[in-house]
Amino acid sequence: MIHFVLHDPHDSVAVVVVEGVKAGQDLTGWIMDEDRTITLKARQDIPIGHKLALKDIKNGETIIKYGHDIGLATADIKAGSHAHVHNIKTKRW
Amino acid sequence: MISSKTTFWGYRRENGRVGVRNHVIILPLDDLSNAACEAVANNIKGTLAIPHPYGRLQFGADLDLHFRTLIGTGSNPNVAAVVVIGIEEEWTKRIVEAIAKTGKPVTGFGIELHGDHDTILRASKVAKEYVQWASELKRVERPINELWVSCKCGESDTTSGCGSNPTVGNAFDKLEPLGVTLCFGETTEITGGEHLVAARCATPAVREKFMFMFNRYQEVVERHKTSDLMDSQPTKGNIAGGLTTIEEKALGNIQKIGKKCNVIGVIDKAEVPPGPGLWFMDSSSAAAEMVTLLAASGYVVHLFPTGQGNVIGNPILPVIKLSANPRTVRTMSEHIDHDCSGLLQRQKNLDETGDELLEIMLRTCNGRLTSAEALGHREFVLTRLYESA
Repeated sequence: MIHFVLHDPHDSVAVVVVEGVKAGQDLTGWIMDEDRTITLKARQDIPIGHKLALKDIKNGETIIKYGHDIGLATADIKAGSHAHVHNIKTKRW
Repeated sequence: MISSKTTFWGYRRENGRVGVRNHVIILPLDDLSNAACEAVANNIKGTLAIPHPYGRLQFGADLDLHFRTLIGTGSNPNVAAVVVIGIEEEWTKRIVEAIAKTGKPVTGFGIELHGDHDTILRASKVAKEYVQWASELKRVERPINELWVSCKCGESDTTSGCGSNPTVGNAFDKLEPLGVTLCFGETTEITGGEHLVAARCATPAVREKFMFMFNRYQEVVERHKTSDLMDSQPTKGNIAGGLTTIEEKALGNIQKIGKKCNVIGVIDKAEVPPGPGLWFMDSSSAAAEMVTLLAASGYVVHLFPTGQGNVIGNPILPVIKLSANPRTVRTMSEHIDHDCSGLLQRQKNLDETGDELLEIMLRTCNGRLTSAEALGHREFVLTRLYESA
């Protein structure tokens, strides 16, 4: 069972692709570009389609997805936590 | 797997273009003519009225776009014949004469000096002739390079960027070398990924034109925004689906042009591309607006990846929906033509979902109704550039 996917091995966030991910659950992730899997423990419940942090991210740090800059952290985000509009924003506006 | 020997069954029109549908449309020039058009379509079974809210007191580039969109809609090879109705004869004639250049049957009627009743009677007689004539046209086998395929996504979420958009990209990567005419657009929704599209432009001249259009759209947003685009890009639906920033949405969006396709050129809204290859259309990212513009540019089949489940269709352009979100596929199954959620469970690879999409696309071209067609989705939305006079 694949619980989350990421594109690039350097991405700092990944996408949950199954419903009902719960805090404490052991998750398997698929790195699409390299076709290999990694594991991570969820720290929070995360809805399908939403992102989780793959590593500890500091407030102000750039968020990487698809190997590219998609914005910055507006709070510290622990690995395995829900990463979305409450702790990430675009640098543009 | 498709190759240069792949064929599809379509309707070869008088100008050589090939359509995959055989509509007889009753096309209003303006809002005032909707009632008469709908009455004609009600009288004559098998015809299709395309009502819309505009066409009065527009001017300049906005009026040009109005004409270009209506003329393009009538000229689309998915349309066999056209009845145009307008409040007065002058502008009606402009539409009729432009559509007539394709060689297809087209007749126009002005309501002034006649009233609705007499107009409906005369237009119905012509529409009946057209629909009976069109019903005898036969599909013929044509090579795949005569196909025009467009794409635009909607209600995107993170599964769009991981699954359904790259599936379209895989299909585009396979269609482009075969000489198929392709299109993508959504100018504001590539914000944050514009450098990646610029890098794919075939020549420096194309790149310059692309960046000009991109920057022009940014200025439009800058001029009209009240705070920023945070409330509309990403949309509330995008955010509910897990997309956080415009850059993330853009990088997912750009997956639709695959890994290899070059952007051969840039076209304006509802402009007909002059040759095969992948074109960028400077357009809104609103689904119905852009699909309407693509139909007016002459595209005959559309690939529409969705995450959260956009239900859009078009009166003349078959819109094929695909989704990689297993929840959307489960809860909105009647809208989804191609389920590619297996990709995100590593049960399939992109090559497989791309091939499956091409297969459903060819079946659609050969006559299979899309979900949107079966459900009666006929969203026809004209793009306005500014307020009326």
